[in-house]
Amino acid sequence: MNAILTVAAKEFRDGLRNRWISAITVIFAILAIGLAYFGAAAAGQVGFTSLSTTIVSLASLAVFIIPLIALMLSYDGVVGEDENGTLLLLMTYPLSRWQLLLGKMTGHGAIMAFSTLVGFGSAAIIMGVFSQTTNWPDLLAAFGLFILSAILLGWVFIAFAYIISTSVSEKSKAAGVALITWFIFVLVFDLGLLGFLVGTQGDVDAQLFPYLLLLNPTDIFRLINISYFASEQISGLMAIAQHVQFSTVTLVMSLLAWLVLPTAIALLIFNRRSL
Amino acid sequence: MNIVELEQVDKNYAGVQALKNLNLELKQGEILGLFGHNGAGKTTTIKLILGLVEASRGKVQVFGSDPTLSSARNQRRQLGFLQENVSFYDQLTGLEVLNYFARLKGVPKKQCMALLDQVGLNEAENRRVKTYSKGMRQRLGLAQALLGNPKLLLLDEPTVGLDPIATQDFYQRLETLKKQGCTIILCSHVLPGVEKYIDRALIMGRGELLAEGNLHDLRHQANLPVTIKLQGDVDLPITLQAHAVPEQSSNILQSTDIQPRQVNLEIPLQHKMEVLQTAMALPGLQNIDIHLPTLEDLYTHFIGAMQLGHKTETASSEALTPVQTPEPGVSDAAIPSSPKPLESVSR
Repeated sequence: MNAILTVAAKEFRDGLRNRWISAITVIFAILAIGLAYFGAAAAGQVGFTSLSTTIVSLASLAVFIIPLIALMLSYDGVVGEDENGTLLLLMTYPLSRWQLLLGKMTGHGAIMAFSTLVGFGSAAIIMGVFSQTTNWPDLLAAFGLFILSAILLGWVFIAFAYIISTSVSEKSKAAGVALITWFIFVLVFDLGLLGFLVGTQGDVDAQLFPYLLLLNPTDIFRLINISYFASEQISGLMAIAQHVQFSTVTLVMSLLAWLVLPTAIALLIFNRRSL
Repeated sequence: MNIVELEQVDKNYAGVQALKNLNLELKQGEILGLFGHNGAGKTTTIKLILGLVEASRGKVQVFGSDPTLSSARNQRRQLGFLQENVSFYDQLTGLEVLNYFARLKGVPKKQCMALLDQVGLNEAENRRVKTYSKGMRQRLGLAQALLGNPKLLLLDEPTVGLDPIATQDFYQRLETLKKQGCTIILCSHVLPGVEKYIDRALIMGRGELLAEGNLHDLRHQANLPVTIKLQGDVDLPITLQAHAVPEQSSNILQSTDIQPRQVNLEIPLQHKMEVLQTAMALPGLQNIDIHLPTLEDLYTHFIGAMQLGHKTETASSEALTPVQTPEPGVSDAAIPSSPKPLESVSR
């Protein structure tokens, strides 16, 4: 445990030094505050919009940004150490591969969690202080769930990044594969699912589609946040999930499963990686 | 007990044999120089000793146990390793980098300051590594390898990037470590100067052990000639004239106004004393210089012999290809009975 924490602390310090933490925090804060204040600009209003609109809008935008940031943060976690020669060196220390990998993931996970909490949390505080229409308990519950799911989504994509990083031999390849991963999960999957839905014209059991959404962690993240305000703002693929009402706990557990599975795969690949 | 023991070790990588039947024993306080061309198997040997790869065949024991076993992981606290061209974490300071490795090894922080001081980085300890020169990075790497007073130290090209004074300091530090009982394996391509500090050299080529032993043993194995330079107005007796060789910029009997005449003799090692006795008795002799084959000469000899042998093997096997049953005399004629000492060795 000590070795994991040592590696994690080093990664966190690295994140502070190379400005990753401050950059992500500022991006999240600007995004959240901007959406909260200018969310109703399209309707000709300026000022804090409703909590549900803010969270749903945030979830819709965060689902693009969080995976990208998580992948960029961690794609070179292992392959970068390998290219620099420090991976070989670390493996001569009394440190097992799983300790190194979990340490690095914990460090990057802490960077993501800290930035998400402070970035989106600051927006929640500003909204709580200045908005006339929201009360603190609702605000804290909604933002609490949003921040928790956002952190989990970030961790899932950090785990994806480590699968990539342990699998390839060059940093540039890892960056390319990370970009493709983001493209598939964030854009292609939903388009494919919609195409499948239209193409089959109802021949496929309608009950199946909501479960297909669980195959994509970004959809689970959206479901968690959008279903929290269920009756208000549901459209598109998310509306399909209404056929099967997933509880928030089920969705969070699904996201956790998405965290555990790639982590286990990354560990497996890393154990077989030749030095 | 041997600190390191390799017994009939083979290592194959995806069909390529990186090591063939390697045997090695290292005792406490011994310094071994590991030399070889690129791809000779040095790094594989080091990785086997570090427990980073498993042997395809044979036995590897470090501190009496298999280094690849997880039960041997704690023994890594007694290991120090400096690899070639390691690039530490640029964003961290030298002290932070060393603290990180110290924590992983369970070494007290105060040792980091002392080590940085010893390698001459105390003034740069709070500077980020990205601002370090190559030599400073190398010294940081050395400090990292010395964390926890290791009992076995593996150094791959440790003097690359070091200035002459730092190199001298480094070798003196090796001497101190040796006296403290540390066993050291030193891999280097920079051979001049190394021979003074190693107890034994192991020369490898194409994954095989080409030669092993101390400098004296290697000289006898190689049987390279000793060069004796005679200066003065000497007339060589007939027995020595056969050994006289021209020098690059001067002939046997070349003389100038400012330099005395010089005669170079190349003689077999075993005849050194008798030639010296004869030379000492020559009238007009002003000075004698004796040049024994250096480690570099020996290395060049063994590698050259390996390449010569490989070429001869290839040539003879090509020549034999159409013949189903080779005649014994054919291959014997193609391969010299013993490798000829290389005349072109640079001196």
